[in-house]
Amino acid sequence: MRDVAVVGFTQSPSMRREPDRNEVEILIPVIQALREQTGLSSKDFDFICSGSSDYLAGSSFAFVSGLDAVGAWPPVCESHVEMDGAWALYEAWVKIQMGYADTALVYGFGKPSMGDLPLTMALQLDPYSVMPLWPDAISIAGLQARHCLENGVLSVEDMAAAAVRDRGHAKDNPYAQIAGDFTVEGILAEEYLVNPLRKSDCAPISDGASAIVLAAGDRARELRDRPAWIRGIEHICEPMDLGVRDLGRSRSTEIAAEKAGASSGGFDIAELSAPFTHQEILVEKALGLSGTTTVNPSGGALAGNPMMAVGLSRIGECATRIWDGQAGRAVAHATSGPCLQQNLVCVLEGN
Amino acid sequence: MSEEHDANEPVTLLRTPISLDYDYSAGQSASRFLRAIAKGKLLGQRCPVDGRVYFPSRGACPQHGVTFGDEVIELSDKGTVVTFSIVRVPSENIPLELPYITVNVLLDGADTVLMHVLDAKLEEVHMGMRVQAVWKPEEEWTTSTGNIMYFRPIDEPDAEYDSYKEHI
Repeated sequence: MRDVAVVGFTQSPSMRREPDRNEVEILIPVIQALREQTGLSSKDFDFICSGSSDYLAGSSFAFVSGLDAVGAWPPVCESHVEMDGAWALYEAWVKIQMGYADTALVYGFGKPSMGDLPLTMALQLDPYSVMPLWPDAISIAGLQARHCLENGVLSVEDMAAAAVRDRGHAKDNPYAQIAGDFTVEGILAEEYLVNPLRKSDCAPISDGASAIVLAAGDRARELRDRPAWIRGIEHICEPMDLGVRDLGRSRSTEIAAEKAGASSGGFDIAELSAPFTHQEILVEKALGLSGTTTVNPSGGALAGNPMMAVGLSRIGECATRIWDGQAGRAVAHATSGPCLQQNLVCVLEGN
Repeated sequence: MSEEHDANEPVTLLRTPISLDYDYSAGQSASRFLRAIAKGKLLGQRCPVDGRVYFPSRGACPQHGVTFGDEVIELSDKGTVVTFSIVRVPSENIPLELPYITVNVLLDGADTVLMHVLDAKLEEVHMGMRVQAVWKPEEEWTTSTGNIMYFRPIDEPDAEYDSYKEHI
């Protein structure tokens, strides 16, 4: 295996609604800032991979115009996934492992405020028996939360505590959308949005973008004094049908964690991109995180949730804390699909 | 599905219509372009790396990936035909009488071409032909490229091939 590290990371502030800019205009300054941070130009990237969704943009092949932010002439070696940018990073990592690239630019971007996100998300459900009912994403997550509560997997206090923790951490994150001193009592006094989920149990809807540079071996050491080395990365997908999965645990996160070498623990920090409080707890359990791990020092998805970039940003948030020595070993998580259907685990280390 | 479906027969067809509403934003660059065209102005932007003028601008140079900033360039509504096609097949969205001519016009001062319709005799159209936009009456102008109805030939000598060969 080649040593591959995260050596650059930039992001836009998470915003409920970008009033003027379109998806690509949100992305352009993020890529520009990444060039300035790393000193690399677009021509220095051997491979470019992006994550976005035409369903958010409301038009087919919308992702192609994202290349305006990169500069794609003469032709570049480029790919796209209709997934969170964390999966674009996985593809780039594979490309580097295969020896086809030494450096890669990865980005994710989305503007979900243009549509009705919970309804748009219904399109990822089983198209024959579930999607035609148009169940919105919050209701689907609510069913899972109800299952967890009634089977003693977690409590409403646990759920509220996750939001309190994340949004407290987010006070130090200038890119966060929701930050502040929340309390468990205060959250439990909120009206239900979809029983048993309260507004604070749900990640916000965020417009935004983020970008990462990967580099191999000596190239990484040239670009960073202390690169954030990817020591393991894996993603696992569970069946689409909600009825055949155990919604009270995240098996795919457990398997991905084992394959990525996360089972031995010892993490200083963990960055999770679960968009609901009960899902964040399920992911924490699946990763076997101990009390010595600071979970979501940036605030995680519950503080800012730019669709198609939020998972990639978790890897970036881990990397920045390794670069500056705050963390020695970190684990980042990204998710896709309803009720934690698919999960990616990435282990990063400073040495 | 028919309401008379026999409960004992297998379901072989399922209709699941999909409809999502979007509150679409054209973006800052396209909005600036559209607001200008509502006043009869054609705005482009210059790439700071190689000086090429993009019309319309999408906010960044697709070749170099650099942002254009706020500087805009007002372009003439005259230009040169760099390629053309005579259309003899009807299209749902274009209510024009067949046959008609579509042209790629390189506006004076621009480095990207604009596709439009040319009002000329079929045997007249040729590469290098000088043309000018014919606008709707000013009171009908909106934030739409449809403010230009079509292009028409003008009485100017043909442009030299070298002046537009990179834009074909």
